[in-house]
Amino acid sequence: MNKPIIATTSLAGCFGCHMSILDIDDKILELIELVDFNKSPITDIKKFTRTVDIGIIEGGCCNSENIHILKYFRDNCKTLVSLGECAIMGGLPAMRNNIPIEECLKEAYLDGPSTHNPEGIMPNDEELPILLNKVYPCHEIVKIDYFLPGCPPRADLIWDALTALVTGEEMKLEYGVFKYD
Amino acid sequence: MNKNITFTIDGKKCIAKQDQNIVEAAEDNGIYIPTLCHLKGIIPSGSCRICNIKSNGRFMTACTTKVQEGMVIENNTEEIDELRKIIIETLFVSGNHYCPSCEKSGNCILQALAYKHRIMIPRFAYTFEVKQVDATSPKIYLERNRCVLCKRCVRSIKTKDNKNYFAIEGRGYTSQIILDKKLALNMSDEEAQIAMKNCPVGCILKKEKGYIEAIGTRKYDKIEIGTEIEIEA
Amino acid sequence: MDNQIKNITNKYLNSKHRLMDIFHDIQKKSGYISENDIKSISELLNISSVDVIQTLSFYHFFKKKENAKYNIYINESIVAQMYGHKRILQAFENATKTKLNSISADGNFGLYSTSDIGMGDQEPAAIINGVIFPKITTYRVKEIIKEFRKGKSAQDLVNSFGDGHNQDNLIRSMVSNNLNRRGRVIFSGYNSEDALDIIVDKTPEEILHVIKESNIRGRGGAGFPIGLKWQYCRQATGKTKYIVCNADEGEPGTFKDRVLLTELPKRVIVGMIIAAYAVGASKGIIYLRKEYDYLIPYLKNSLTEAEKNNLLGESIKGRKGFNFDIRIQLGGGAYVCGEETALLESCEGKRGEPRNRPPFPIEKGFLDNPTVINNVESLCAIPKIICKGAEWYRSLGTKQSSGTKLLSISGDVLYPGVFEVEWGMTIKDIIDMAGGLDTKAVQVGGPSGKLISKKEFSRRIAYEDLSTGGAIIVFNKTRNILDIVMNFTKFFIDESCGSCAPCRYLTVILKNKLQKIIDGKGVENDLLELKEWGKKMKIANRCGLGQSAANPILTSLENFRSDYEDAVQSDKKYISSFDLEKSILAGAKAASRFPAV
Repeated sequence: MNKPIIATTSLAGCFGCHMSILDIDDKILELIELVDFNKSPITDIKKFTRTVDIGIIEGGCCNSENIHILKYFRDNCKTLVSLGECAIMGGLPAMRNNIPIEECLKEAYLDGPSTHNPEGIMPNDEELPILLNKVYPCHEIVKIDYFLPGCPPRADLIWDALTALVTGEEMKLEYGVFKYD
Repeated sequence: MNKNITFTIDGKKCIAKQDQNIVEAAEDNGIYIPTLCHLKGIIPSGSCRICNIKSNGRFMTACTTKVQEGMVIENNTEEIDELRKIIIETLFVSGNHYCPSCEKSGNCILQALAYKHRIMIPRFAYTFEVKQVDATSPKIYLERNRCVLCKRCVRSIKTKDNKNYFAIEGRGYTSQIILDKKLALNMSDEEAQIAMKNCPVGCILKKEKGYIEAIGTRKYDKIEIGTEIEIEA
Repeated sequence: MDNQIKNITNKYLNSKHRLMDIFHDIQKKSGYISENDIKSISELLNISSVDVIQTLSFYHFFKKKENAKYNIYINESIVAQMYGHKRILQAFENATKTKLNSISADGNFGLYSTSDIGMGDQEPAAIINGVIFPKITTYRVKEIIKEFRKGKSAQDLVNSFGDGHNQDNLIRSMVSNNLNRRGRVIFSGYNSEDALDIIVDKTPEEILHVIKESNIRGRGGAGFPIGLKWQYCRQATGKTKYIVCNADEGEPGTFKDRVLLTELPKRVIVGMIIAAYAVGASKGIIYLRKEYDYLIPYLKNSLTEAEKNNLLGESIKGRKGFNFDIRIQLGGGAYVCGEETALLESCEGKRGEPRNRPPFPIEKGFLDNPTVINNVESLCAIPKIICKGAEWYRSLGTKQSSGTKLLSISGDVLYPGVFEVEWGMTIKDIIDMAGGLDTKAVQVGGPSGKLISKKEFSRRIAYEDLSTGGAIIVFNKTRNILDIVMNFTKFFIDESCGSCAPCRYLTVILKNKLQKIIDGKGVENDLLELKEWGKKMKIANRCGLGQSAANPILTSLENFRSDYEDAVQSDKKYISSFDLEKSILAGAKAASRFPAV
């Protein structure tokens, strides 16, 4: 049987969820036995080279690029998993959702106490993605099949979920395995 | 003389004192009925609706209902569980609950209830309702993004001459908790501490000191809410 | 401190239980209740200022900020919508140069929406500075605003009087009764005072017996047997007992109590007196919805007349020890106060949040005293029962539903108005009676009732079949079911007191889901979820409002399934509501960029 193939990405996240994937410690060796990785920061494969079985999304969507990548994942993954609070509900980046976007940008680039920007230039290069009006949970953009909460999700939870997905067995979900922080 | 009352919860025979409400009667018999707005020692409000149980086939809130002789109560059923989950999830999306940045995380009852019910995410879409934070009083913050309008503070924190510090302003989903600005000037440290303690979520926070407990050592990090009741019995 | 405020609170003995009256008086004098007023009230009543604010902010018609010179409240009920609410609102916006929910730059006009104001038979209607303007046209809007700009008052613009006592000097209102059918109990010709001559020769127990035998049940909608309610209250211990008349009819589509209060105030009062006699009550309160405050001088006069004739006061009808008086408590604009325990809270000067029961009002009601709360219509029927006897009354209607019922019929019918009919009439006959054509759906009992389709038109109004408080809204085949359901759902959101978590917010979740379907972004699964989540409302909430807030969705899903199925995309499993182009607009603007997506 072919090994299931996994892809991962980090959208509006901090890579903490990816760190948590690595945090499964020596089980990572077991994992490598079980699965192969395709597009992922872990492999540094930039583009999907084939349809993969499981796509893991860290982070929510805060800009236009996040949207494109999320849709790219949906198109190329049979199953999508939202990993962590940001992917699930926007997380900390979404704390800007009730602040007008101009205010956010001004605070960050013009008025912030640690900002030095005498020309008062707002980042506006064409190459830059454009901020969305708010930070969106991933499942408001595309269909997401599974959700793993936590900030970051505990390594045990990731391991349990991945093995469940790969083996088709149900997760036990014992107390303490998942947290929202 | 107080007569004892006998009743059952999920088939288990229980004994209670007269005039006890079902939540507390259950607790005395080692059975946990999930609650959020209920706080022992103050008048029950029955507003969060999480303690809904079924008694003789009818839904009612266990905190506001006195136990009666011969009651047949259902607590742990799929139907009730589903209702409680829906209420908990409703509360999550009705506010802005960013657990990772919340000081009460790990000690929060709303969160603990969600853990208990193994809620991975709310089934409802997030709406990011706009809430105003009130930091004007000298002793406490009102972080309304996290308020669940349980009215515990309204019911339990009063001045020495029995005036209300807290109240609800407005109605419906736009209602919000308010603090009497004038009275708040004289709020004592103890009162502020109790207000924070009585708040089941991270809405009322005492100023100047925070994040005292490390992750991993907080109340609900290891132990599921309600298990202490089941263990003690 | 402001002496005016002092005088007002003094008038109400500085009692926090009279907060509603205090607010009304202040608002009448200065247009709104200011920060300073709140401070003064809290000091004079010796309560914290947040206690003042919590009551003040609960009610729709109290204002905390400076009001405009003319405050225009436009009814947004479904029937108003059917009769051109949108057009009228636009006309008002154009004429006043104001947007909804704001005050014009010159401070002249405030424009607001309001839930059903009880004018379903004469929509579109609005309340301007307390004056009801029914049957408004765009022509009338221009005229009204033009005259206001000249400095005319709202009362100056009353250009015609309605029928019946609407022409009374103390009312002088443009409102019409549209009393299209008189029946044998309530709108029958007799002198209700005769009933008082009968009762004073009998014992309270005998009266209780007659009322119980008559089998009359509460007309507000819940249908609790009135005789039993009175008996329980009589048996309850308490020094002072209260009879409260619930004149807070707020169910969209009902307006019968308005007609009763206009045409038969004496029968309402006599009904209360009989109740007081049977129960042993000495105090009465009429809780009147704010929307009907134009009736207050007239009602107060009716009370004064009754006092003069020794129907109220001490030793009524010469019977020693039979003392009873009545005061009017004006509401502040809150549908939920029609729920009897919320009504009591409001009477006590608090937020209109329903209480936990037990204890029931018959044991612990107004200020913890044993209290009977009866609907206006119930009380109006009582004198006739006393005069004609229980057996006669029982001969009307059906086996379990004695007597007659007032129906408020509105919507797509030729003759909207009030009809007194015997219980047991079929929906089909009701539609025909009022002149409904091409009827597609009927809302029986207002939004908290049921939306039924043709296949149920043969059902009868009766407690044993379709029980109803009497609101009948008829929709013809041109009406969009989903729009109707949306209007009702929004109504419940606006009127939720906010105490119970599910009623406070699950309603909003349901509305959002419904909007998704209306926007054409719904899938089959959304219908399933609407139903599953909606069903929870029934069991999760404390009061009738919350329990029935999903009824519009649930009953329409059941009876008009195909309307929903036509609206969803059945070939898709998932549709995102997200729109990339729209969602980058603000971000692009903030960074001065004009991208091609």
